Amino acid sequence: MSTPARIAWGVVVAAGVLHTDLWAWDDDTLVFGFIPWALAYHAGISILAAIAWALVVRFDWPGGIEEWADEGPGSDREGGTNA
Amino acid sequence: MPESADLTPLYVVLVYLGALIGLGCFTSFLFRGTSNDYFLAGRSIGPVLLLMSVFGTTMTAFALVGSTGKAYELGAGVYGLMASSSAIVHSLVFFTIGIRLWAIGKRFDFSTQIQFFRARFQSVNLGFLLFPILVGLVIPYLLIGILGAGAVVRGVTQGMFPDTFAGTALPSGKVLFAGAVPPWVTGLVVCCVVLFYIFTGGLRAAAWANAFQTVVFMITGVIAFVLISDALGGASAASEQVLANTPDLVGRERIGKLQFLTYGLVPLSVGMFPHLFQHWLTARSAKSFRLTAVAHPIFIMIVWVPCILIGIWAAGMGMEAPGGNPNAILPKMVGSLLKDPYLTGLLTAGILAAIMSSLDSQFVCLGTMFTHDIVLQIRGKDSFTDRQKLWMGRSFIVAIVAVTYGLSLLQPPKIFDLAVWCFSGFASLFPLVCAAVYWRRATKAGAYASILVMITSWTYLFYRGLIEPAMNGIELEGDYLVGGMMPVTLIFAASALALILVSLLTNPPPKDHVDSFMIPRTR
Repeated sequence: MSTPARIAWGVVVAAGVLHTDLWAWDDDTLVFGFIPWALAYHAGISILAAIAWALVVRFDWPGGIEEWADEGPGSDREGGTNA
Repeated sequence: MPESADLTPLYVVLVYLGALIGLGCFTSFLFRGTSNDYFLAGRSIGPVLLLMSVFGTTMTAFALVGSTGKAYELGAGVYGLMASSSAIVHSLVFFTIGIRLWAIGKRFDFSTQIQFFRARFQSVNLGFLLFPILVGLVIPYLLIGILGAGAVVRGVTQGMFPDTFAGTALPSGKVLFAGAVPPWVTGLVVCCVVLFYIFTGGLRAAAWANAFQTVVFMITGVIAFVLISDALGGASAASEQVLANTPDLVGRERIGKLQFLTYGLVPLSVGMFPHLFQHWLTARSAKSFRLTAVAHPIFIMIVWVPCILIGIWAAGMGMEAPGGNPNAILPKMVGSLLKDPYLTGLLTAGILAAIMSSLDSQFVCLGTMFTHDIVLQIRGKDSFTDRQKLWMGRSFIVAIVAVTYGLSLLQPPKIFDLAVWCFSGFASLFPLVCAAVYWRRATKAGAYASILVMITSWTYLFYRGLIEPAMNGIELEGDYLVGGMMPVTLIFAASALALILVSLLTNPPPKDHVDSFMIPRTR
């Protein structure tokens, strides 16, 4: 895995870790005067998640997956065998 | 004769439903008349349509009506509990599971997830075990939509038909929803409209309708937020009111920390939703997933943030939930604060859009599963003409809709709690799909063990958490938790453990067979 790909997945993990914000549980601050901190913080997590997935898509895209899909034997595999 | 309320909102909703029927007629021109086109839209859906249809499918009545109701009860922390966790997990599943299932589905020409599991684990009977479980878990999901639509329209149409619909009389003598369109009428109309456009165009019609409806409910949601905040004297004044009257809703005092942490497992359900699996198969190429993975978290934010704020604002201003039902808060806020009947109608149409954009995909997918996984599996795929396959799918859809509509008439209580149970069931099947795609050592016996343990533990906890209290007339405060954790934690862990242990204790599957399902990382 390339370094940019590692960084991209690192941002995904960071978003997951930051999601567990138990340290600000009872914070009743209103951000911009109307958004409760618990809501503003997690809206930020959503934005971070979008950035993280943009990085993953850019730097760790599964190359060749479409060619692999097109090489298949087709529908003759349908169903498998009886148990 | 009592004076009836302004019917304009209802007319706006009817115009919207008419537009959907028109869209159904339009997509019927694109329909090629084959079963492949009906069930999979000819695998031709591009990135924008895939994003809109997947998002529209994922966001149910739960996202609009339920999120507002939950915020009204539990506070602003509901966003972190349900939405931001979904923002991370849904895209994770799209990227790590969805793209691979798309590739495997295209390579082997699968139409349903059961076909995939049967082939991967070399067992036809695995499909017969999975089918009733998946259908059983989808039905509550459908119920949420039909009941949600009924609740919204009933809230908005109060007083419109005082001579026709008397409303619900309470023991106290008070009458609720007098003159409102009753849920059985709304449910019937919504089912018929959705059935019409999916019958004419299949999954392509569902995808187009989803895209259209996603735009409608996102725009109307933002409009509702702006107008409601204006009606409350501005967003700051509305939130200050919450801080003054119900300060615990600004923080997260009403949510347990373990509950918060373990709720993160629930969004894994998207990995096993049959209707989402079918949407993945419709993608024109793997690249179509890129936009979905990136934009999905932002779309969730756009829909959920306004709903959460409206929910806590309702609590802050001391609004009472009609009939004690928090899920009626959004329609009540819309109806009581927005005096413009056109806007009220538009916002009601927006909520219905969110609901119907989930129902359509679910209807089509159930028809596909029944046709491919049961009838064609038993009778052979050459036993029927393409036209017969189409009509089989449609007939099963009608049967399921009839059953679900019948159940909706019973007006089951705690419908959104039922939704969380349904999501928990799908989420607990996630170890199965994850192992099927990534773990070469996963065996047929392991798959059976995982499914059986999942359904056994789910049934036990479902009985303890929902059925038993209802039978004993006990009203649970908040979610049913086990040791402070969401029940999905235990079911998920048991299902994963069974899969791993039994797989390791049984003979590995043939290497060549498993290799054919494993996608090389870089080529």
